[in-house]
Amino acid sequence: MAFYVVQFLTGLASAASLFLVASGLSIIFGVTRIVNFAHGAFYMIGAYIAFTLTERFSGAFGFWGGVVAAALAVALIGVLVEIVLLRRIYHAPELFQLLGTFGLTLMVEDLVVLIWGPDDLVGRRAPGFKGAVDFFGQNIPSYDLFLIALGPVVLGVLWLLFQRTRWGVLVRAATQDRDMVAALGVNQKWLFTSVFAVGVFLAALGGALQIPRDAVHHAMDLRIIVEVFVVVVIGGLGSIVGAFVAAVLVSELNAFGILIFPKISIILVFLVMAVVLIVRPWGLFGKPEAAARKTPGLSVNPWRPLTLNERLASLAALIIAAMLPLFAGNYALTVGSEIAIFVIFAVSLHFLMSVGGLASFGHAAYFGLGAYGVAFLAKMAGLPMIVCLLLGPLLGCMGAAVFGFFAVQLSGVYFAMLTLAFAQIVWSIAFQWVSVTGGDNGILGVWPEKWAASPSHFYWLALGVAALVTIALRVMVFSPFGYALRATRDSLLRSEAVGINAKRIQWTAFVIAGTTAGIGGALFAYLKGSVFPDNLGISLSVDALVMVLLGGVETVSGGVIGAIVYKALNIWLVSQTDLSKLVLGGFIVLIVVVFPKGIVGMLEILAQRRRKSSPPGSSLLAKPVESAE
Amino acid sequence: MRARNSFVGAAFALLAAGMGHSALADDIKIGEINSYSLLPSFTEPYRKGWQLAVEEINAAGGINGKKLVVISKDDGGKPADAQTAANELVSSEGVAMLTGTFLSNIGLAVSDFANQKKVFFLAAEPLTDAVTWAKGNKYTFRLRPSNYMQAAMLVEAASKLPAKRWATIAPNYEYGQSAVAVFKKLMSEKRPDIQWVDEQWPPQGKIDAGPVVQAVAQANPEAILNVTFGPDLVKLVREGNTRGLFKGREVVSFLTGEPEYLDPLKEETPEGWIVTGYPWYSIKTPEHDAFLKAYQAKYNDYPRLGSIVGYQTIKAAAAIIAKAGSTDTDKMIAAAEGISMPSPFGEITFRKIDHQSTLGAFVGKTAQKDGKGVMVDTSYKKGSDYLPSDAEVEKLRPKD
Repeated sequence: MAFYVVQFLTGLASAASLFLVASGLSIIFGVTRIVNFAHGAFYMIGAYIAFTLTERFSGAFGFWGGVVAAALAVALIGVLVEIVLLRRIYHAPELFQLLGTFGLTLMVEDLVVLIWGPDDLVGRRAPGFKGAVDFFGQNIPSYDLFLIALGPVVLGVLWLLFQRTRWGVLVRAATQDRDMVAALGVNQKWLFTSVFAVGVFLAALGGALQIPRDAVHHAMDLRIIVEVFVVVVIGGLGSIVGAFVAAVLVSELNAFGILIFPKISIILVFLVMAVVLIVRPWGLFGKPEAAARKTPGLSVNPWRPLTLNERLASLAALIIAAMLPLFAGNYALTVGSEIAIFVIFAVSLHFLMSVGGLASFGHAAYFGLGAYGVAFLAKMAGLPMIVCLLLGPLLGCMGAAVFGFFAVQLSGVYFAMLTLAFAQIVWSIAFQWVSVTGGDNGILGVWPEKWAASPSHFYWLALGVAALVTIALRVMVFSPFGYALRATRDSLLRSEAVGINAKRIQWTAFVIAGTTAGIGGALFAYLKGSVFPDNLGISLSVDALVMVLLGGVETVSGGVIGAIVYKALNIWLVSQTDLSKLVLGGFIVLIVVVFPKGIVGMLEILAQRRRKSSPPGSSLLAKPVESAE
Repeated sequence: MRARNSFVGAAFALLAAGMGHSALADDIKIGEINSYSLLPSFTEPYRKGWQLAVEEINAAGGINGKKLVVISKDDGGKPADAQTAANELVSSEGVAMLTGTFLSNIGLAVSDFANQKKVFFLAAEPLTDAVTWAKGNKYTFRLRPSNYMQAAMLVEAASKLPAKRWATIAPNYEYGQSAVAVFKKLMSEKRPDIQWVDEQWPPQGKIDAGPVVQAVAQANPEAILNVTFGPDLVKLVREGNTRGLFKGREVVSFLTGEPEYLDPLKEETPEGWIVTGYPWYSIKTPEHDAFLKAYQAKYNDYPRLGSIVGYQTIKAAAAIIAKAGSTDTDKMIAAAEGISMPSPFGEITFRKIDHQSTLGAFVGKTAQKDGKGVMVDTSYKKGSDYLPSDAEVEKLRPKD
């Protein structure tokens, strides 16, 4: 019995660490709607700075002072980031801030190694909490007891802050309806800055308090960021109590789960999230999101099919791309094939995100399923390549059909997180089912047949498929189905009022996007000759999001440009510099500031300005489309 | 116009310099791939190691009179990116062979690439047995002692312990799984009386150490096998120390004696664990002294195990090319099969039968000295003594 009590307390200690970080993320999202990907980075910097301070100043005062000072210092950095970077992009399309904070995260990962060196750092134990307390023959670390007490204390302080201060009232009001708060004359700028500072402070405090338990190293951020997102979503976005309950739930399930299934940890949080979201679409303590008042951004620059000239220009670009084998070497061609495949992947997500308004955080699942589909068919059934390429993506299609059905019942970030949960579940199956998938050692030897083996032939194949896919999706955007899908995106209520079956339309779009991603994955398997669980992993899903956002989410085909720019730059930088993450992150942050609508989005605005200054005749052409919007 | 031309010229010069093409057509180029950005604590000393080797080789006149150039790429810890890098090195840089890699899945991905493109690949670090056995191929050789060899070294010491109730803690991925599987198999062969009472599989890099330690303690084992390393090991050791998990229990642990993983532990270092590792401070052989001296003179730092791996990888590559007298792949394979060469750990041989080198490892016990973790009672275990019989190896390895 004593064992179960101790195991429960141990779970509570883990929960407290998780809650500190999650509460900060929840507050930031609730008010600013920023999906703060850099939250883990702030957590990590907090730990690094606290390490330096506590090593330097010894004694109780040095330790606790160092921890608090580190958190304050990082909060200051947070304020700086908010003022310099985020303030510029609050009005950018939804999720665009994710791109900026992703860039920051990349930079921080390289910077901490530059500043603190590559070795894992192990800090001091907390003065006064070094030992353990005996509980009927079981040992409980006294630091765990400290954390267990700290969790509710922080929860209480936050509660007081939100319920009993004017600032808290404003924050709660902004969480509920920030347009109204702005209309009532509250200075949103400083409200947002202060909220961001508080959130970052909590993240850094969470990181600093890990020093006595953990090693400080440069991958701490990724270890925690996904998990705290999951906790926040399980609890319900913006709900602090929810985050607390979710942290306890997840930690306790893990603490007791490993007694029965020692391998459960790898997937537990995602399983819990999937179940919670299917049963309660807004998390345990969340409320339905108020229908966002759409900024008029989308209708100002209506979509239209390409003009004849633009079509000719695109065709010319395609022909030039097809001539690459005439003057490029094998390496350039293989990179070209990889970029073409990522164009397919990016346009598939772009279709879902920009046309359907459904941002998926787990799109790599369908890419990877397509790749595994090919690997199974080629290695186990021994089918010829062309058959594998045609049938492989069906695995992606089936995955999308099953998961999409559940996912489209939700919307916004909840939709995104449910897709992430499904992707992680698929990933863990590929990772754990060693006898079928080969586990993390993957499936090797999926090489193309002779006719496609040479780099130039494979390049033409990939380029051709990419062009076909892009054209097909564009045709779909301007088909009745595309218009119906855009209607569900712009106004769910009105679209249902005119008789559109929104869920079915969205589900169809999800399956189309998943199958398309599967086509990309199928080609990718042959390009690399092997398939690994990585092909379904979070980092690939994030890559796809970055490509779409970089290209411009409010455009019809921005994903194409986003994929080319991001992938080419990524491959080139990794090859040329050891600090590829720092440079790439810096580049992304720069793009975010300079092109807040993405690269293509910005080009379209420029083109439109030019069109406006030209005689009115040309703009009349766009009129019928506009009225159809 | 002239000004513009010189500007263009300067731009091209910059570009060329940026591309790192300092190699001449006559140089021997070796491609090297590793997870520099993902695992800097291992790869930084590793890089220093191979850079030292390149310097020594060129100072001694290069390989058969030609200068050696190593072109190094980062794979970011992703198999797909490793293949992109391998492709660049082979197709674009025209390297004579590929070397490097750390993670098992990346080692396998590059090995498969090498097999497909008929390129020589000398795997430096990946430990999975599959590299030389189940998924072995003609083009792939490996330097470091495999999972099997390290397990066999540890089992030799572990089987002498009186403990009968064993628990295992290992990261939940291929390395951890296969380390536990081999250890259990070899151990049960020697000691049929052993019981396996608990196993814990925390996700790699994400151990929630408290509950894991508590769960293992609850099973009340007499001895524990640990396979975690890096930050996971730190968390495990800290929780284990505080909760008294290791008190009165024997612990056998993979890799823990390597400075990369032992040094961060400082005053938390547990006493008396049986570990594999690299006690650079207590190896007193002329070969190692020479290496240590050169390394410390160049970097003003002590070597980690990564330094040895990086150093010997390039030394081995150079020895193979020198013996082959050519960079032709088939000739290099023929030269590499059965080649013997000196190393800081003494002479090693790349076996013809499975392309595994006989580089060994040190086994010893952990101890604390002046608040630092060290290995004591160390002895060097030759790799050749811990490999299965040729008949078994032939069954494990597909025919070329």
